[in-house]
Amino acid sequence: MAQKPASLKGLRRHEERMAWLFVSPVVLGILIFQVYPTLFSLFASFTTWNLITSPRWVGFDNYVDLVTTDRFFFKTLWNTTRYTAGVVLPSMAIALFFASLLNQSIRFKQLYRGIYFVPVVAPTVALALLWGWLYEPNFGIINAVLRTVGIKGPAWLGTTQWALRSVILMAIWAGVGFQIVIFLAGLQGIPQEYYEAAAIDGANAWQKFTGITLPLLSPVTFFVLVTGIIGTFQDFALVWVLTQGGPAGSTQLIVMYLYGLAFRLQKMGLASAVAYAVFLVIVGLTILNFVFSKKWVFYEETT
Amino acid sequence: MITEQQVETRLPTTARRRMSSRRISHMVTHAVLIAMAVLMIFPLVWLVSTSLKHPSKQMLWPPQLFPNPVYFRNYVDLFVLAPMGNYLFNSFKISTLSVIGVCFSSSLAAFAFARMYFRGSKVLFGILLATMMLPYAVTIIPTFVIMKNLGWLNTHYPLIVPSFFGSAYFVFLLRQSYRAIPQDLFDSATIDGAGFFQIYWKIFIPLGMPALVTVALFAFLGAWNDLFGPLIYLSSQEKMTVALGLTYLRGRAGTGVERVGVIMAGSMLGVVPMLLLYSFGQKYFIQGLARTGLKG
Repeated sequence: MAQKPASLKGLRRHEERMAWLFVSPVVLGILIFQVYPTLFSLFASFTTWNLITSPRWVGFDNYVDLVTTDRFFFKTLWNTTRYTAGVVLPSMAIALFFASLLNQSIRFKQLYRGIYFVPVVAPTVALALLWGWLYEPNFGIINAVLRTVGIKGPAWLGTTQWALRSVILMAIWAGVGFQIVIFLAGLQGIPQEYYEAAAIDGANAWQKFTGITLPLLSPVTFFVLVTGIIGTFQDFALVWVLTQGGPAGSTQLIVMYLYGLAFRLQKMGLASAVAYAVFLVIVGLTILNFVFSKKWVFYEETT
Repeated sequence: MITEQQVETRLPTTARRRMSSRRISHMVTHAVLIAMAVLMIFPLVWLVSTSLKHPSKQMLWPPQLFPNPVYFRNYVDLFVLAPMGNYLFNSFKISTLSVIGVCFSSSLAAFAFARMYFRGSKVLFGILLATMMLPYAVTIIPTFVIMKNLGWLNTHYPLIVPSFFGSAYFVFLLRQSYRAIPQDLFDSATIDGAGFFQIYWKIFIPLGMPALVTVALFAFLGAWNDLFGPLIYLSSQEKMTVALGLTYLRGRAGTGVERVGVIMAGSMLGVVPMLLLYSFGQKYFIQGLARTGLKG
């Protein structure tokens, strides 16, 4: 123990100094790896910059290029939007369904939940390599199974028609366990008395679900929706391994586009503009979510 | 305890009928849950199966679920095609060091946020939470340039050093658990003359161990499974991690169906350590998540 602070005021000052010492790594981390990069990429998005020569100011040129001459930007943004909607919304519906099933007094509850969570812990790269093999048109197991019931399966990842859907299907499989766990925890937090009271009033299962479960679960649903959108909009590894954006750019997602611009073509300025577009979209969606949440998210009075 | 059967024999017929309809609904529930479990697990079973199959058996019709003969050569060929040993070692090294860094700095900050009074703590915590919403797309390019200027490209530093500055999500998680530790313990330790660091180290670390294990597991998982970081920072084979190395293995092995066993064997080496981690720490993973979901 160091010197004993004499007065109460001294104690307070000592505590304050120690507290700042304790949080200092995290504060430095925020400054170095969050605040500075966020500001710097804003600056960089107004420059042309190849990492070799220093950035040269070009004003809004990068942004103008993106919305006027760039052939890939909107396509990529559209793919990403479809991908995000296609993954997040069905995942949530599936997860809520299975979490509700698990939220009964049934046996092997933990076992089921444990199994559904398995893909969440495995490396995305390994899973994507695996799914590439499952989707293989001639010898993959999916088409083999379809053949036994007389369906000639498509070339999945090889066709512009099916590639994005195939990628979405795999992403749902890989992530739904995560949402099941969160929804189940939320469901378990709903007091049983509400259901009992409703049962006395003669409510059926569906009425209980829409009248009690959905409103009381809505903060959790909101959390899953917002974090799901933010995460999925920036997915990279899964699609990069499965299709590398092909065929014909039909599965190119926005972060893959950014990666190509920045780390393959060294167009750091343009890539930063893309990054800020991602930023704006995500901030916009999050704000929209918060605004709409007032209509459907129900917070209990007690905390 | 009365068993279900005993109850049933004593109940009047209407109640008995309700009981059996409930049993049917339970059976349907289990059927649906099992179908889902099969869908979730089958791809991984197929991964194991493919990794143990002879190249000539990969195209069989009907497909073999249980490889005959079991072909271990895929796991040998793997190490010939790519420096898998290096990949594994690097992944273990980076993940372990990241865990140490992230646990230490996140728990220290969480302790301060949970139990110490300092001006600006609320604002600072708010900022910290806000950074969780910040897309990594926006920070990645300048961060890359920082690492480049430090001369850290193609080293493991960019993948390890940032962990020593903590992580917002983990600070949040640990703070939740530290707030649940009784204030009395803190007060009596203070009266006994313990300093803040001692209180943190001797009381909060041991009592908050479940949450810290959760953080450690998630941090290990995150580092092990990360592709983007290794992809932009590492360029030479012997420096690569498993996640990145697997994408190179695929390039080496080629796209022929007969080589798929080797690629799946490689994927197994990426998946199995995480499955082991998960099987030992399942309750920590699930509790940790449940906690964030509820308080988020």
